[in-house]
Amino acid sequence: MIIAVASGKGGTGKTTAATSLALSLAPEQRVLFLDCDVEAPNAHVLLHPTITQKKDATILQPVVDADRCGMCGMCAEVCQYNAIAVVGQRVLVFPELCHGCGSCALNCAWGAIRETPHSLGTLAYGHTSEGIRFASGTLHVGQSWAIPVISQLKESLPASADETVILDAPPGTSCPVAETIRDADFVLLVTEPTPFGLHDLKLAFELTSELELPTGVIINRDGIGDARVDDFCAQAGLPVLLRIPMDREIAAGIAQGIPLVTLKPAYRAQLKETVLALAEVSL
Amino acid sequence: MKIAISVTAPEQNASFEPRFGRAAAFVLVDTHSGEQQALANPAAQFGGGAGIRAAEFLVRQGIDAAISGAFGPKACGVLRTSGVRLYRAESGKPDALVAGLLNGDLAEQEHGE
Repeated sequence: MIIAVASGKGGTGKTTAATSLALSLAPEQRVLFLDCDVEAPNAHVLLHPTITQKKDATILQPVVDADRCGMCGMCAEVCQYNAIAVVGQRVLVFPELCHGCGSCALNCAWGAIRETPHSLGTLAYGHTSEGIRFASGTLHVGQSWAIPVISQLKESLPASADETVILDAPPGTSCPVAETIRDADFVLLVTEPTPFGLHDLKLAFELTSELELPTGVIINRDGIGDARVDDFCAQAGLPVLLRIPMDREIAAGIAQGIPLVTLKPAYRAQLKETVLALAEVSL
Repeated sequence: MKIAISVTAPEQNASFEPRFGRAAAFVLVDTHSGEQQALANPAAQFGGGAGIRAAEFLVRQGIDAAISGAFGPKACGVLRTSGVRLYRAESGKPDALVAGLLNGDLAEQEHGE
């Protein structure tokens, strides 16, 4: 089963929930944890994995052989991202605009375009002391293509049938989130009972509805704000699967890198029950 | 010399537009023949890469110089690779801007900004 933990709003507790979910299952089950928040991966701060292997996440971009090029301009014409310009006797490639679609190479009648890998980020692989298989992606500073990093992170560690996969998604509702959650069996949306939490929960639920993904809610910092998140969930038919109260002890512990289930072991059982409930709904 | 000026509409006496890639149009002035034409910018509405496509379009028109508010790094790369000289202005009608360029009143831009 693949469970994605997403949110809409940043800082709601996605990684708090995702890491504790992994730690709750790990003693008895095989767990694969993927930190897909490649712009700011931080699950390692709570899971403390040992990293044993690293490799590049890449995108294929065109390199033009000027000797073979016929200067016909077809590559520039077919580029939907305006990443190639043919002016005079020169072909200029703008890597920061290139999505790596390969149309230029496919349409080159001269065989002058060679697709060459360019590094977008780093993929790191390892395991935690509890036996959780762990991997994370980190986008290079200055790069804007998070999606290939996320897709390569997900491709490079295929889960075995008996393994539960936990995807820690980036915040927001744009392409990197969609890429993370699109093949999940279930999405847990972590929110907080504030106007900000509610606003972004609605957006995130629109996304999971659009992708037709079964969705449930975790309310973090429960007890602050107002009841409108609960009202919305009730109206929308969104099950509230877990509540984590606003608790100084939890906040202080997480600020020191201590996972929720280490601070409050009672959550282990609750999180396991949540997963069992999800398995019933989604399988 | 053929000079392109970024403007707000495809009309010969249109107002100066300080944006290059997303200017609505360009006025092209041939200083030898005195001929002028106003051309809509095919890249004006592009989501990304507008500067590149606008620059490519103008290079195909055979321009020697361009006047705009500022040229971004990508547009600058395309234009300068093609030997086009870039001049910066703040406001004015095309005729006055061309006169200013010929008088040496406009600053030349060497790199993308």
